[in-house]
Amino acid sequence: MADHTEVDSVSGTATTGHAWDGIKELNTPLPRWWVITFYITIIWAIGYWIVYPAWPTISSNTKGLFGYSSRADVAVELANLEKIRGAKMAALATASLADIEKDPQMLALARAKGKTVFGDNCAACHGTGAAGAKGFPNLNDDDWLWGGSLEQIQQTLLYGVRSGHPKTREGQMLAFGKDGVLKPAEIVTVANYVRELAGLPTRQGYDAKAGAKIFAENCVACHGDNAKGNPEVGAPNLTDKIWLYGSDEATLIETITNGRAGVMPAWEGRLDPTTIKAMAVYVHSLGGGK
Amino acid sequence: MNQTVKPEDLQPVDDYGPLYAAHKKVYPQSVSGTFRRIKWGLMGFCLGVYYFLPFVRWNRGLGAPDQAVLIDFPNHRFYFFFIELWPQEVYYFTGLLIIAAIGLFLMNAIGGRIWCGYLCPQTVWTDLFYAVERLIEGDRRERMKKDASSDPMKLERISELVLKHSIWLMIAWWTGGAWVLYFSDAPTLVKDLVTFQGPMLAYIWIAILTATTYTLAGFMREQVCVYMCPWPRIQAALTDEWALNVTYRYDRGESRMSVKKAAELRALGQPAGDCIDCKQCVAVCPTGIDIRDGAQMDCIQCGLCIDACDTVMTKIGRPTRLIGYDNDINIHRRQEGKPPVYKLVRARTVAYAAIIAVVGGAMVYKLATRSLLEVNVLHDRNPVAIKLSDGSIRNAYTVRVLNKHGFDRVIAIDIEGPANATVHVVGADSVTPDRPMIVVGRDQTEELRLLVTAPEENNPEKSIPVKFHVTDIGLGVVAAATDNFVSP
Repeated sequence: MADHTEVDSVSGTATTGHAWDGIKELNTPLPRWWVITFYITIIWAIGYWIVYPAWPTISSNTKGLFGYSSRADVAVELANLEKIRGAKMAALATASLADIEKDPQMLALARAKGKTVFGDNCAACHGTGAAGAKGFPNLNDDDWLWGGSLEQIQQTLLYGVRSGHPKTREGQMLAFGKDGVLKPAEIVTVANYVRELAGLPTRQGYDAKAGAKIFAENCVACHGDNAKGNPEVGAPNLTDKIWLYGSDEATLIETITNGRAGVMPAWEGRLDPTTIKAMAVYVHSLGGGK
Repeated sequence: MNQTVKPEDLQPVDDYGPLYAAHKKVYPQSVSGTFRRIKWGLMGFCLGVYYFLPFVRWNRGLGAPDQAVLIDFPNHRFYFFFIELWPQEVYYFTGLLIIAAIGLFLMNAIGGRIWCGYLCPQTVWTDLFYAVERLIEGDRRERMKKDASSDPMKLERISELVLKHSIWLMIAWWTGGAWVLYFSDAPTLVKDLVTFQGPMLAYIWIAILTATTYTLAGFMREQVCVYMCPWPRIQAALTDEWALNVTYRYDRGESRMSVKKAAELRALGQPAGDCIDCKQCVAVCPTGIDIRDGAQMDCIQCGLCIDACDTVMTKIGRPTRLIGYDNDINIHRRQEGKPPVYKLVRARTVAYAAIIAVVGGAMVYKLATRSLLEVNVLHDRNPVAIKLSDGSIRNAYTVRVLNKHGFDRVIAIDIEGPANATVHVVGADSVTPDRPMIVVGRDQTEELRLLVTAPEENNPEKSIPVKFHVTDIGLGVVAAATDNFVSP
């Protein structure tokens, strides 16, 4: 075979016979095992094409003999996860809301689960941090339309507010102006009266006595004698510093004229009871819970 | 002379030579001497540490693992005698890796491939496998004869091979067996493994390490060093002219001639080389090279050729160390009649040693001043601040308390910063409303949701620095973290 093998005089190594710009290439072949290993990797790769999904076809791809799918893997992993969580989730399902909050482990679990579910279902209206927006309550503060205890939060979650659920929380801020109960001038007066109750500045020369009379005749039924509100009907406290829609005169006039009827969906049936429990603990633990 | 070959002048080549080189099996001969003894000693030490370290016990108190060296993956802990590291302290390993790398460079600057020749696992296990081979099949000549024999397999030969491979596999199996013991309580795992109740993962790892040890030390051997290992390439680029390497002192050895001829020449007062071309240095070489060709990548510098040559030199009555740790500078100096110079302290070695000292010092300092109680605070970002119904402001924080002690601790949290502030920890008992106390389990992290509320009129600034003090009620140890209290 090697009839004209040339040997480089300096290194004593055979050359390949190639020369570039007068420089000859030395022949330093790879060891046999190396070359064989290289071929084996090629064969191995071909094996991959056959047993695993590999080649794209017009509408799909080859499935491979092993029937492997990363999606099926995820399903198995998730099932395993549920199995691991099983015992702890069962404990969460049976424990009372107060007990969950007292047990550091269950609290951590409920908060972790609650946070995820909140992000998926509630953040659209309440914001990812539950800070709310105009018309959508901030869940971090201590002002609660329907009560801020663990049980009250759970009930709101389960049945919603004006949600159409048979057990829904129901309450209405009437449209006093639109329905002709109050005249526009009376609305301005009572709006200023409400601002006075909250310790806010009022329009010059407004009739406080008339405002008190209108308030007593129309508003105390829900908001109470002292305007502190009533969680039974979702009537907000009008004397505090937190306003769902705003406390300026124009907004108050708008509220009294047209009424308010924000909706909170019922989650019963859409989320399982344990998840709703975890949600209640999560929302309560945001800091405003009572 | 710069001769250019035009493309059209190139001749087609009809023979490219072989595509691959067949493996030339190396048959190192047994040898005795200083370096062989050093190698035996280091092999015993390295393998001893590797195989028996998992069984060393270290008392850390009740409930904590009592294994001196343990990598506890399920519980995210690393134990090394009195040190216990958490995952976030993994930077200690970065420090160790830096020290290891610079240590390798320092060895190289002082004595060449000390790592390759004496300490590398590939060398240590290959040496051990060669020892087994030699014990069963005989020394170099016998092994070569047996391998070359065209006789059909005789029972004696077959039994020899079976015995050799069985012992190799046993060593390889123990190598894998010791490996898994670093990841679990060793005595328990050994018991589980022999009663076939060990975890599947342990058996898989034992199988993998058995296979790699058997293949790498039994068959691949010097091929690993020559073709697979990156260090010879890096080493060649890192070395300098002062580094001592296993060197054939050709100034003394050349020209090669027989003992008799050399004696005759010396009698006439003429120079004569000491090398008698007996090829003992080649015979003992575990990578099958000729050290007399000079420093080369295939040479792992194990020093066995020094022992072989010294034996011959002693026999023929010439001074030893015709091959020894030396460099080209000294060869040239001797040729010029000057005394050799050994320069161990030079910029390179000092710099390497300094880096090791600085990194090592920093690690020791960090370890010595490491706190066993830590607190991290993360301010809620959404929302950053909340206005409450009475107009006061509340900020929420995630407080993480790390208890690295081996016992439960009761800690109290105090804050400093906003005026008239109250603190509440969600879920904590309100026995002490303004000074929450929490139990942090031993060797655990407790994550708390902490609410700080303060009246707006007392805190007119947009942002006030707030300091969280975590006090161990029992020991009085305090850890602190800072953040801000902001207004909406």
